[in-house]
Amino acid sequence: MERPKISLFDLVYKYGTVAVIALVVLYFSLTNPYFFTYDNIKDILRSISIVTFVAIGVTFSLIVGGFDLSVGSTVSLTTVIVASMMVWYEQGMLITLIVPIALSLLVGLVNAFLVVKIRIPDLLATLAMLYIVNGLHMTYSKGYSIYANMPMTDGTNAPGKFQEWFLWLGQGELFSLPVPVILTFLLVAITHVYLTYTKQGRMLYMTGGNLEAARLSGIPVNRYRTLAYVLSALFAGLGGMLLAARIGTGQVSSGSSMLMDAVAAAFVGFSVFGVGKPNVFGTFVGAILIGVLLNGMTMLNLPYYAYDIIKGVVLALALAVTYYQVRRKAKA
Amino acid sequence: MPVLEMKGIVKAFSGVPALRGVDFEVKAGEVHALLGANGAGKSTLMKILTGAYQADGGSISIAGEPLQIDSPQAAKSHGVQCVYQEVDTALIPYLSVAENILLDQVVQSKGTGLIRWKQLYDQAEEILRGFGFAIPVRKTVDACTLSEKQLILIARATVQKAKFVIFDEPTAPLSNRESERLFQIIAQLKQAGVGIIYISHRLPEIFQICDSMTIMRDGQRVHTARTSEITMDEVISHMLGKSFDEEFPKVEAEIGETLLEATGVQGGKVRGADLHVREGEIVGVVGLVGAGKTELARLLFGADPWDAGEISLKGRKLRLQSPKDAVDAGIVLVPEERRKEGIFVEESVKHNLSVATLASVFGFVRQSLEALQANELIKRVGVKTADSSQLVGLLSGGNQQKVAIGKWLDTDASLFIFDEPTKGVDIGAKSDIYRLIGNLAANKKGVLYFSCEFPEVLGIADRILVMTEGRIVKEFLRGEATQEQIMYYASGGE
Repeated sequence: MERPKISLFDLVYKYGTVAVIALVVLYFSLTNPYFFTYDNIKDILRSISIVTFVAIGVTFSLIVGGFDLSVGSTVSLTTVIVASMMVWYEQGMLITLIVPIALSLLVGLVNAFLVVKIRIPDLLATLAMLYIVNGLHMTYSKGYSIYANMPMTDGTNAPGKFQEWFLWLGQGELFSLPVPVILTFLLVAITHVYLTYTKQGRMLYMTGGNLEAARLSGIPVNRYRTLAYVLSALFAGLGGMLLAARIGTGQVSSGSSMLMDAVAAAFVGFSVFGVGKPNVFGTFVGAILIGVLLNGMTMLNLPYYAYDIIKGVVLALALAVTYYQVRRKAKA
Repeated sequence: MPVLEMKGIVKAFSGVPALRGVDFEVKAGEVHALLGANGAGKSTLMKILTGAYQADGGSISIAGEPLQIDSPQAAKSHGVQCVYQEVDTALIPYLSVAENILLDQVVQSKGTGLIRWKQLYDQAEEILRGFGFAIPVRKTVDACTLSEKQLILIARATVQKAKFVIFDEPTAPLSNRESERLFQIIAQLKQAGVGIIYISHRLPEIFQICDSMTIMRDGQRVHTARTSEITMDEVISHMLGKSFDEEFPKVEAEIGETLLEATGVQGGKVRGADLHVREGEIVGVVGLVGAGKTELARLLFGADPWDAGEISLKGRKLRLQSPKDAVDAGIVLVPEERRKEGIFVEESVKHNLSVATLASVFGFVRQSLEALQANELIKRVGVKTADSSQLVGLLSGGNQQKVAIGKWLDTDASLFIFDEPTKGVDIGAKSDIYRLIGNLAANKKGVLYFSCEFPEVLGIADRILVMTEGRIVKEFLRGEATQEQIMYYASGGE
């Protein structure tokens, strides 16, 4: 076996993302004394926690060779639903948590049905679901954000308010770490172990690696693809609930900006340490990169409407690196 | 009479010669068959003539005038047209018959840029009437039958003033009656002075309609003759050449009870096949490309839907709705398209070998056991790899195939189906694979071996089934058959 040559591209491919993060952190630290402080790092992690949830969902759909565009809408849906459970219907913990989770699982099952059973191409099927779910959450909330004691259409005020335990999930701290950050770490750890060390995780990767070979190896590929879409929607749904807990209202359309952030994070994650496949740890690094950039730009007082330019550039770069690598491999 | 001449055509693909100086001539007004076994170089030669490939050397001329054919457009402008076997690739399904026939005219029309529909339809109708057929010219092509589509392509070729038309396996999708109609059209074209190159596996029809033939083997022209001066047996022996001696180590195995029994299998290209396999028996299924072998293999493995038929394993009836059902019942397949269907190129040797048998405790992969089994399998099937974490995509074809086979060896499957297992595999790996298959039989497994390499099947099979046009047409016992006989039945002889 000859030792493969290590080219500049390989180095950039493997460590590029991490190097970029280091450079960006260094730059912002030098230009702003507040940037590299514990409080600010905590802020960054808190701000990316929800996107990380959604991005891990996207990672699952990418692993089986699919794509899920409906995650942003699912975030909006569960944000509004979970808020309404407390504010409109004064439900206890159990119902407040179960209803939005069940609904996101349902979204995942419908996605899977359209893609796996009806065989609509994944982008198109989940694009349709993006609209449907978005419309559903708007219709349900009648276009209003949901907050404590909001005026209802019949002239009265909403009876309930956000519960303390729920707000704690989004705003509380434990061992001086924000709770959503702890939850994010937990999710990253659990999904990483699941994908790397369990049989199901392996089969998900095999299914995405070569669908026909997986099917001809006796793997029930449709079951695994369904599982991936259901998990994708579930994590988006959990992200949406966390979002409601963090801001303390059920904001309509709050998830729509999350889709591209999550997709960018997942694609940046492809190449982290040269893994070359969608992976949870890389996705987390991708989310950190986006979080650091946004935080730094806020500090530089860049206008918020310019952020999308930066995010788009990050996505384009990540895709360029990923697909360049795919082409190189195909040639080899 | 203008003659199309190809002289000393040379072509290699990444160093492997496909054509080694081929001469080929067709006269205007004759039907000339181009014959050869799979891989003889027929289609490469025709692709050079139609501009799809560039020759590395040699020359092409019509009526003594040298031509430069460097693109499909160039070929067409010199009057060389091809009616491809896959008619759908050349037609636009949602346009009308008339538009498809007059496609080039529509595309290249100058002037106002408006289409004169009336004129277009009239013109198309007249062309079709010339052949004595009435296809409604306003019908869209996707509503046409296969033979109608073929006719549209032929009509298009004549519109473009074709001087030479290549027919590539034109009768493969046609019924007998449709074939007869096609032969009439070919006769008309011939009358009109068009030179026809006719590629087919079916010898009887070649003797029916062709004036002369050129036979190729291993990238060379081996014989050219007038049809009236040659017999079918001579053609077959020219196609096969003298049998080369290859070693097929046959492992002795005791043949036991019936394992697989399949009756009336139908689905896709397979139009009804009956077969059985016994314990310790290697059954070879041979046929030319397109005979339906791969389709039959996939049906028996549950990879494609069945239209009709029954299958049982060890006397137990099976309903195969997915490959998983087959694997669970004890039937496994090593598929033909290795890289697409057999292996995971982006995964390690270890992960590839364990895909069918991965052991887990509480859902967690037993990693040390997996590594142990992988190393044991690597030794057993002789995969040449640095270690088990090497990516399979980086191995040679033969070693990839060993991995594709190896993944099934630790399952308790009782029937192994191999589809062209030695395709793209080097000699050394080939004999390893024969040995592996022999050992399976020695361990009382049943083996179904699909191949278009006749010598290979003659070497290792206990029984040989010959397939043509989706049916099993002949059965030979070991030692009964010769290559010539197999070729005779595989080319549709009776």
